[in-house]
Formats: sequence, C-alpha cells, structure tokens
Amino acid sequence: MAQATASRRQKRISLLRVLGPGHVWALGVGIVLVGEYMGWNFAVGKGGAIAALIACWFAGLLYTCVAIIDSEVTSTVAAAGGQYAQAKHIIGPLMAFNVGLFLVFAYTMLEAANAITLGHLVQTVGIMAGFENSSDKPFVVLTIMTLAWLNYRGVYTTLTFSLVITAIAFIAICVLFFAVQPWSDAYVHHDQLLTELPYGWLGVLAALHFGMWFYLGIEGTTQAAEEVRSPARALPLGTMTGIITLLIAATMTWYVCSGLMPWEYLGQSVTPLFDAARLTNSTVLMVLLFIGTIFSALASANCCINDASRAWFSMGRDHYLPQVFGAVHPKYRTPYRSIVFLVPVALVFAYFAPLDQVITFSILSGLLDYTFMAINVIMFRKKWPLGSIKRGYVYPFHPLPAIVLLILCAATYFAVFLGYGTQLIAMMVFYIVASLWFALHRYKFVRRGEQFTMPWPKPVGY
Amino acid sequence: MNTFELLEYAAWGLSAFLGLWMLIDMLRTDRSYEEDLLTSSKEGEIEQSPVSDPAPERDR
Repeated sequence: MAQATASRRQKRISLLRVLGPGHVWALGVGIVLVGEYMGWNFAVGKGGAIAALIACWFAGLLYTCVAIIDSEVTSTVAAAGGQYAQAKHIIGPLMAFNVGLFLVFAYTMLEAANAITLGHLVQTVGIMAGFENSSDKPFVVLTIMTLAWLNYRGVYTTLTFSLVITAIAFIAICVLFFAVQPWSDAYVHHDQLLTELPYGWLGVLAALHFGMWFYLGIEGTTQAAEEVRSPARALPLGTMTGIITLLIAATMTWYVCSGLMPWEYLGQSVTPLFDAARLTNSTVLMVLLFIGTIFSALASANCCINDASRAWFSMGRDHYLPQVFGAVHPKYRTPYRSIVFLVPVALVFAYFAPLDQVITFSILSGLLDYTFMAINVIMFRKKWPLGSIKRGYVYPFHPLPAIVLLILCAATYFAVFLGYGTQLIAMMVFYIVASLWFALHRYKFVRRGEQFTMPWPKPVGY
Repeated sequence: MNTFELLEYAAWGLSAFLGLWMLIDMLRTDRSYEEDLLTSSKEGEIEQSPVSDPAPERDR
C-alpha cells in the first residue's frame, strides 16, 4: 500500500520551483515599465502636466493598495493563477472564473499591444534608414513567437532574461534623470513649462485613465506563486520592491519629460522618454533610451505570456476550462499547452486590432481585477481573521486600503467611461455572456471538492 | 530586393521555425507521455523530489 502510494507520488509533474525575489521583481516591474516609456503621457494630453502628476500620485496610491493587499493574500494562497486562486478559495467559483478571464485578457491584450509597439519601432527605424515600404507585421509576429518559445522552454531563463532587460531599462531612466541635472536649470525648465490645469479638475479625472499606465500589471507577481522557492518571503518582497521601483521611475519620468517639453507636445508623443533624450542632443542618451524603449516593451510582452499562461493553466487544472490546458511539460516544467494555445489569440489581436482598443480592453480587465481585490481582502479578513491561519505578510490599517482602492477604482471607471464608454459597456456584456456560459454549461465539469487546496480551518460563520 | 525586405523574410522564416518547433515538441510530448501524468500537477504542492524529470512512457 505504501509502495503504491509512493509510486503514484513519483508519477506527478508540477511547475518548477526555481525563482527568487529578483525574478518576482522582474515579473512585476517588467510588465509595467513600458508604461513609463510610452502611454502615461496621454494623461498630459487629457489635463496638462500637473494633472498627469496628480494622476500619477492617485494611481500610485491605488497600486500601493493593490500591492499590499495582494502581498497578504498571496503569501497565504500560494498557487499559480494568482488572483484566480484567491477568488476560488475566498469568494466562489463564478467570481474565480471571471477573475481568471480578467487576468488572461488583461495580459494577452497587453502582450499584443507590446508586440505592435515593437513592430512599429522597427518599422520606424527602417523608414528612417530610407526603406519607405518597410512593414511592421513580420516583427510583430516574430516578437510573439520568440517570447512564446522562450516561455515554453522554461521559467528560469525566461524571467532571468526579463530581469536583465528590465534592469537595463530602469537604469536608462535613472541615467537620463541625472544627465538632465535636476538640481539646476541647465536642461529642465518647469518654471516656464508648467501651466495651470488647462481643462480644470475634469481634466485631472480624465487623466486618471492614463495615470494607470505608470503601474498597470504589478499585480502579476502573484502568478509566480508555484514557481518561487519561498512564496511567503519572495512574493511580498518582490512585489513591494517592485511598486517602490515603479513609484521612483514614474516620478523621475514625469519630472524629466515635463521639464523638457511643453504639455501640448508631450501629450501627443509616441515615445516621450526617447523624445526627452533627443532634446538633450546627446547621442549616448538617445541610443540608451532607444534601447530602454525596446527592452521595456520586450520585457512586458515576455512577462505577459508568463502570467496569462499560468492563469489559463490554473483554470484548466481545476476543470474551469478543458483539462488539457492543465498539462505541464515533463522536461521544461512549463504549462506548455496554455502557452501554445494563447499564441494565436495574441497574434489575432496584434495583427488585426487597433492599438488603442487593445490597450483599453487590457486596462478595463485590469480595473475589474482591482475591484475584485478590494472586496476579496475584506471577505478574507472576515472569514479567516488574523491568528486563524498563518500569513507571510499582514497589510496595515485594514480595511482603509481596501476602501481607498474601491473609491479609486470607481473614479477610474468614470474616467474610462468619459473616453471609452462604448468599450466599457461592450466588455461588461462579454463578461456577462461568459459568466452565463460558465454557470449554465461549464460548472458541471468542475470538481467542487478538489478545488479547495489550502489547509485552512472552516471560515468564521460556516 | 533591399536589405529591409531581407530582414522581413528572415523574421517570417524565424517565426515559422519557432512556431513549428513548439508544435512538433508539443505533439511529441503528448505522444510520449500518458495524459494522466501530464495533467497530474496539483495546486499548492511544495515538495520537489517526487516531480523530477519522469521518463517517457516508451522508455518504461
């Protein structure tokens, strides 16, 4: 009997636990840092440079709440799938199914957006070199295929690659910040360039939508829960250092760009940090920031593939989706079928959908996920109060951060509605239809007893 | 054909190669191992030793 049990245990394959806090940092910051290189500056276009700074701080507060809340729950629910696994244990199957979809779409759409951006950058280089008919499509496809292949071959190499290129992209921002000598007025001229709020406080509210780009995706660190050597230590450490890095990078980015460019130009720029480097007339800085732009987009797409495939894999493993997606490669120890399945999905969006639509779908899915997180942590503390289960990290001032997060999410929904109301409604309809499919058809395949894997006592009140 | 067009063809070729590599490896893996083994991962497992590279079905 004991031999039979041992034999069964030997025939089991799981994801490989090889990652450390540095990889978790790379996973969180790697997804997001591209937002500093491009995208955040549309907040300037919505309400001016001051409005973008206010949006940066408000979004920073929103994501600080996200990071500390996530750190507590994930240090307890250490499972691939991140917030999906949290929802499954704390709220219920329908919420978990929706959260799983939010994650997969948020990351796959962001991956597609990054591939489009990289293709566009290569095409721009081609046009600047005199090749007028150059196309971006081959490089869009190459980006997705190469990074999917890297992810397929193993998580350690994938995230070490992300760690290196993310660190270079972050250092490039630091170098630019010190190169413009912020202690003097040699380059930056805030006294001349900063204006009043051109569209008043409504402009500040509208800027919130794009202020999210400074930090969107930091919550993806939780997807590494089954692949880190010490989840209770590495996940909170990697996530917290990640959000601190992003707060520093966001502030430096805003300071440099708003001191070098008038808000009317900055609000339209495609690559604001690269444009800031061009304004210094330094070839070294231009090359460094161009490399930083390419690396940040590559790191983001790479980490997005990692996170989306883990969420899809977890849902397959629990039979929320067909079980075939719950397979692990016996040699590379990655969710290989999920990685391969999501490749054509990303390709279709990258090839055919407009960039702003793809990004908006990603932001809205992320926003739904943050709203869930605030509700989730309140229920978590109520059902399993402090002391009832072991926590790797306890976030402070509960429930204040959760309430602040809910208020900021509501304000951001309104901001998104101002610019993309139709997309917001279309996306809500999509998730309602998907929920109906799950409740009426798919839920009967879910093994209800087996999906609760945490060794917790019964929740209070049950 | 200019240099950039050559780069474009190289990008298409490399993309096709990587895509085919993943597909072939996936099919080979699926045929070499039992489905129960490939989908045997359990959420929340922490132990390392029982999961180190199992031999393909045909080698056992």
